Amino acid sequence: MRVFDSRSFVVAGMAAILLLVGCSSSKAVKAVGAAVKSDKERKAAPEFELKDADGKTVRLSDYKGKVVLLDFWATWCGPCKIEIPWFIGFERKYKDQGFAVIGVSMDEEGWTVVKPFVTDLAINYRILQGSDSTAELYGGVEALPTTFLIDRDGKIAATHVGLAGKDDFEDGIKKLVERPSAGLAGRFVPAVLFGAN
Amino acid sequence: MEAKAGGALEVKTPVLLQSGYHVNSNTPSEAYLIPLRLTWEAGPLQAVEVVFPKPHMEKYEFSPNPLSVFTGDFELVTKFKVAADAPNGPGMALGKLRYQACNHNSCLPPKTIEVKLPVVVQ
Repeated sequence: MRVFDSRSFVVAGMAAILLLVGCSSSKAVKAVGAAVKSDKERKAAPEFELKDADGKTVRLSDYKGKVVLLDFWATWCGPCKIEIPWFIGFERKYKDQGFAVIGVSMDEEGWTVVKPFVTDLAINYRILQGSDSTAELYGGVEALPTTFLIDRDGKIAATHVGLAGKDDFEDGIKKLVERPSAGLAGRFVPAVLFGAN
Repeated sequence: MEAKAGGALEVKTPVLLQSGYHVNSNTPSEAYLIPLRLTWEAGPLQAVEVVFPKPHMEKYEFSPNPLSVFTGDFELVTKFKVAADAPNGPGMALGKLRYQACNHNSCLPPKTIEVKLPVVVQ
């Protein structure tokens, strides 16, 4: 501490503040870009119930039978802004093959900031307002973007933490949309067996 | 920390940022980014100004333009005015530091942490 003059101008220092950037520890969050897992390795994607911009309740189970790209993102997240145009393209390209993108916004300010962002980027897929409890279901989602690729049976086939490659996403989507639901496989019986003769 | 009623005080707040991460500066180069902010509650010490270091302009894979950021260890300096009628004795200045950190390919949610500055007014 130094006194600059006889009156009272003082310069002082206080204890350092350590910015622990991780949510629960000081460990750095590392990017994870996982390939599509085998069927046996996949675990069920947790069910959630969130609101869309119109206030409508949306559940993951509403998308049963579809391949879903579930993206946790925020308007203040630079890497998320790189991926979103890719997801817009995927939605357009694979929608007719039973594919859907769901964006879960983790913005604290909610729709006030999210709606203008969605308009600006012309996002063509469904955006939901996320919650900490939903993030917890998906492992905490410490870093954004975190993206899950969910197969037609509602199982997590791949997880990407951080900015991933566009091709990595698309390769995974292609593999998953080409395959029918395991639950339906074997249930398709040739129509001739039920012939109307 | 000692302060004189009616006087002034400059307090340095050292900030240590984990390696590999950056926080947006107080003047981010993009409107969508959350700036670094240090604010103080009104009390016996009245914050007049917070002085931030000069930010770095860094290029990251996720941004077409360099971003205005702070990295590593840096200091924030708060210039306080001590009220002339500030009661003598111990007190506490309470501040809030809000920041949002990213590394080269991912970002962490914004956080606000409390900063406490014990002070004795004489």
